[in-house]
Amino acid sequence: MASLIAPEEFSAVADAEALKKAFHGWGTNEKGVIAILGHRNAAQRKMIWKAYEEKYQENFIKRLESELSGHFEKAVYRWVLDPADRDAVLVNLAIKKVPDPRVIVEMSCVKAPEDLLIVKRAYQIRYKRSMEEDIASHTSGDMRKFLVALVGVHRYDGGEIDTKLAKSEADILNKAIKENLLTHEEIIRIITTRSKAQLMATRNHYKDAHGISLSKHLAENPANEFLSALLTAIKCLTEPKRYYEKVLRTAIKQKGTDEDALTRVIVTRAEVDLEEIKDLYYKRNSVTLENAVAKETSGHYKAFLLTLLGKQD
Amino acid sequence: MANTEEQLEALTSAFSGLGVDEKILISVLGKANADDRKSYRKGIQFFAEDDRSFEKWEDDHVQQLEREFSRFKNAMVYWTMHPWERDARMAKNALLKGAQSYNVIAEIACTRSSEELLGARKAYHSLYDHSIEEDLAVNVSGPECKLLVALVSAYRYEGSKVNEETAKSEAKIFCNAVKDASKNPVEDEEVIRILTTRSKLHISTLYKHYKEICGNSMDEDLDKESLLKVTVQCLSTPEAYFSKALDDALNGEAEEHTKDALTRVIVTQADANLQKITEEYHHKYRVNISDKIDEEVNGNYKDFLLTVLARGR
Repeated sequence: MASLIAPEEFSAVADAEALKKAFHGWGTNEKGVIAILGHRNAAQRKMIWKAYEEKYQENFIKRLESELSGHFEKAVYRWVLDPADRDAVLVNLAIKKVPDPRVIVEMSCVKAPEDLLIVKRAYQIRYKRSMEEDIASHTSGDMRKFLVALVGVHRYDGGEIDTKLAKSEADILNKAIKENLLTHEEIIRIITTRSKAQLMATRNHYKDAHGISLSKHLAENPANEFLSALLTAIKCLTEPKRYYEKVLRTAIKQKGTDEDALTRVIVTRAEVDLEEIKDLYYKRNSVTLENAVAKETSGHYKAFLLTLLGKQD
Repeated sequence: MANTEEQLEALTSAFSGLGVDEKILISVLGKANADDRKSYRKGIQFFAEDDRSFEKWEDDHVQQLEREFSRFKNAMVYWTMHPWERDARMAKNALLKGAQSYNVIAEIACTRSSEELLGARKAYHSLYDHSIEEDLAVNVSGPECKLLVALVSAYRYEGSKVNEETAKSEAKIFCNAVKDASKNPVEDEEVIRILTTRSKLHISTLYKHYKEICGNSMDEDLDKESLLKVTVQCLSTPEAYFSKALDDALNGEAEEHTKDALTRVIVTQADANLQKITEEYHHKYRVNISDKIDEEVNGNYKDFLLTVLARGR
């Protein structure tokens, strides 16, 4: 369930005017910006953006970027973008930064196949190249094969599963992990082509047959980027909410909070399943996510995140 | 009573080549009584006197006729089908037939638009409850596997923007890979990356630069029967590829899977590229494809093909 609180009735023009007023003069009325944008869903934000540009003949994003700053600005910018476009931007940033496989894996594995398609189209429109070609040209070896396949696959999205296959592929995975993953081929094949339903069946069978969960078994190996990406993929494909809870927990607990990760999860899930992720967080940490975020962040950035988390004003 | 010599010739020709001549078969055999039919059997080359005193039909030919009688049926079924279902079924059949037919999979993946290929992949889900990616990954062995899975997963950018410098440098990469005697270019990571992620316009540009950089054209440098060559041709010079496929199919000595190209190319390209393909055919082989088909093909199957070719003229 979404954590975002947005009214059913609203006026895009009135909101655009209110935002213009918030930008007016020296400094910005950040509270005003949060009060509006923090309480509008994707469709509503799109209409406000359009109304603003029509009425004031100025680039809404550029105005936001000049009025706001720091983590707050980054968060609002991502929030305002159309969800598919946002994901395209996040992936592009991840590609350029080293690249960070985690974001690419997350995006391609959590999404339903049709939604992934929409993101890829948005990417092509924005960057005039395909996501696959950019990922491929910035990576190499197994990581490249893995990421390009994850992003390229159009998984069967039905519920049909083959139990025999689940068993045999669980065994294949087990063997590959025990042999220290010297050959990644089969693991890559299974993770990047099987349907989510099939993978869940495989994962369930893995635990039954080998006494240890697939995730834990993969995590046993000394940390290396590729294995880490494999593990992320499995978690995102089979238990995305628990995955996000962990990302949040790690982002908050680490020395010098990882704002990028915090922003990414909250902004991308606020309209999807952040409520359930909050529940998981509380169960795991005995403190609410709101309280944890309030403790580790400050200023307008904090206020904005809390608003998206569903804090009642 | 009509001239038996003539009738024997007519029957022989009705039973030879691509398709069968239904009209002749009906008019000659339909009128024939038991004695007539016996005398035909004694006169036509497809029968041989058996030790047990009967004119036995050559088994190969009987099997051949099953295929020839079905050619019209297959053409009509494929022609009427939704293109997505058609492509999905053709890909599946090619996969079942094995390595000799992998070119069909590459052909489909490379000559359809991004949305058409996507549609075919979705249709594949509906027909077979699996993604084509997973079926290929499991059933295709050897280095061609990676190429095919990646080709089929591609969702290429189709806009007009091309980076000339990148195309040039990637032509050089290709050239080096081809010249590297120690390795089959289809096993080269960079070759796969370029062919399976870049836009068709980019690859055509690369194709042009290749000749300047490498001396020969890509056609000349790539192994004649290889999947890599099929891939490059389908992506950069599809009309040349298709016209050759048609010519090979109409060659009397062609193997079964080669003959199948006649239906496949005409049916799948009729609404796309057929005009250009027939022009290319005329340019290369100095004969109209309609004339060639008139010579080599029989009956309803022939009439159907010629009708399709004549559309829109």
